[in-house]
Amino acid sequence: MNPILVNNISKSYEKVVALKDVSFEVEKGELFGLIGPDGAGKTTLIRILTSLIIPDSGKASLSGNDVVKDFREIRKIVGYMPGRFSLYSDLTVLENLEFFAGVFGTTIEENHYLIKDIYHMLEPFKNRLAGKLSGGMKQKLALSCALIHKPEILLLDEPTTGVDAVSRKEFWVMLRKLKDEGITILVSTPYMDEASQCDRIALIDKGQILSINTPKGVVDLFPYKLLGVNTPNSFKLLKNLRSFPMCKGAFLFGQDIHFATDNKDLTCKELQESIINAGFENTTVKQIEPSVEDCFMQLMGNNE
Amino acid sequence: MNSNEIVIDVQDLVKKFGQFVANDNLTFKVYKGEIFGFLGANGAGKTTAIRIMSGLLEPTSGKINVAGYNAYTQRDLIKANIGYMSQKFSLYDDLTVRENIRFFGGIYGLSSKVLKVRIEELLSSLKMVDFKDDLISSLPLGWKQRLAFSIAMIHNPIIVFLDEPTGGVDPITRRSFWEMIYNVTSQGTTVFVTTHYMDEAEYCDRLSIMVDGRIEALDSPSNLKKKYNANSMDEVFVMLARNGKSVA
Repeated sequence: MNPILVNNISKSYEKVVALKDVSFEVEKGELFGLIGPDGAGKTTLIRILTSLIIPDSGKASLSGNDVVKDFREIRKIVGYMPGRFSLYSDLTVLENLEFFAGVFGTTIEENHYLIKDIYHMLEPFKNRLAGKLSGGMKQKLALSCALIHKPEILLLDEPTTGVDAVSRKEFWVMLRKLKDEGITILVSTPYMDEASQCDRIALIDKGQILSINTPKGVVDLFPYKLLGVNTPNSFKLLKNLRSFPMCKGAFLFGQDIHFATDNKDLTCKELQESIINAGFENTTVKQIEPSVEDCFMQLMGNNE
Repeated sequence: MNSNEIVIDVQDLVKKFGQFVANDNLTFKVYKGEIFGFLGANGAGKTTAIRIMSGLLEPTSGKINVAGYNAYTQRDLIKANIGYMSQKFSLYDDLTVRENIRFFGGIYGLSSKVLKVRIEELLSSLKMVDFKDDLISSLPLGWKQRLAFSIAMIHNPIIVFLDEPTGGVDPITRRSFWEMIYNVTSQGTTVFVTTHYMDEAEYCDRLSIMVDGRIEALDSPSNLKKKYNANSMDEVFVMLARNGKSVA
């Protein structure tokens, strides 16, 4: 049986539908990404899995333990990192670790091998109050505390939100290492570019799963031809491009505009000529591969 | 460059907290109508510098002029002439759209006559006329974000500071937000923005990258990529920030 099973889970808060019929499974040792914006339902889903809130309908289990009935067992086998920093700000780094080890009836030494790489980076600050750490350091301490009892499953709610690009990259390296130790990891993120770090991903928006696949599988299903347009004044060109009859979407992606078309025969040269004719000189067009973000926006459009 | 008129002039800005140097000799200028990106790792000193430029914090030393006012002696005038919006929007959840606009307009000292016109303008440009009596708490995140941005601009400030304005929002809303930024700068407002999304760094006219309290690089995205021989701003950022202490 797979360590994470989610079956038709629904949850509403008064008028708002937070989750609608969500189902998926995560395999043992898999690094599974739950990718979607704020308000998509990621936190609700993770809180249901950690047994902190009860779904309106549907079933979910972690290593065979039902998230409603077997909540005591679940809390022993799960490591959880909530979205908001929730360690003790007025305890030091070391005191926080000792506290969490104590709560789970273990010691820092017992599972030291799991956290040693992360703890190594924290050690120079071990006597600093947790509240005085930088964002990246708080995140590393929270992960260490979530790992201290050697959980079978890690549930991480937006661990990289608000963290700079370098710390984000380091964090994903740490997650890959933990995966290699055999830990099953479910991690949520609003950053689409982090999808490629996962074995499989579920794209989620407005409480519904849009797609579950490998990152490559998601990209392979993109239904349109995608052309990258580079021009000195992209903001102005955007509006023009959207009025082109063969346009299925035109969005800024850094220095380029991604232009999606259902006309598979449209060549780069033809599009370039139309754009130059519209008054945008110095424009270049090349065919590009879609990213997970392109796919997400296309699927979001369908889900409206 | 959009104009030669300087709206932020920072020379040798130093800010110390006890022994700790948060801002270590920052020098830069921002021009009218520019989108100026202010990047840096967590703890690099961005927030301190923004608080000084917006009149909330007094610098230790250096010459700092914002919107024509002195950052030591005219902090209230600075506050009155800039707009500010952060990821944690300061809208009141239990007030309606219209009430929020009126409240902030009042704080910025708009007369009731002017305010009446501004409210109608804002509601129609945001396409929120039909929702003017809805509570903020009932609006989708993307709407709140656009409203918060418009409210930060209600007094037609010379400069608007945006502190991670797009954190967490969906990719379509994130892009329409940048189209809003572009629209206001094309009308002459200066936008000073921080972000952790490196694709957004590419939309800025110029960028500064802070590492350990200092400005490590400052140029247009295309010049920075050329200089560091990189394909994207993400590569440039990682190259520079990885050498810093604050990354740990």
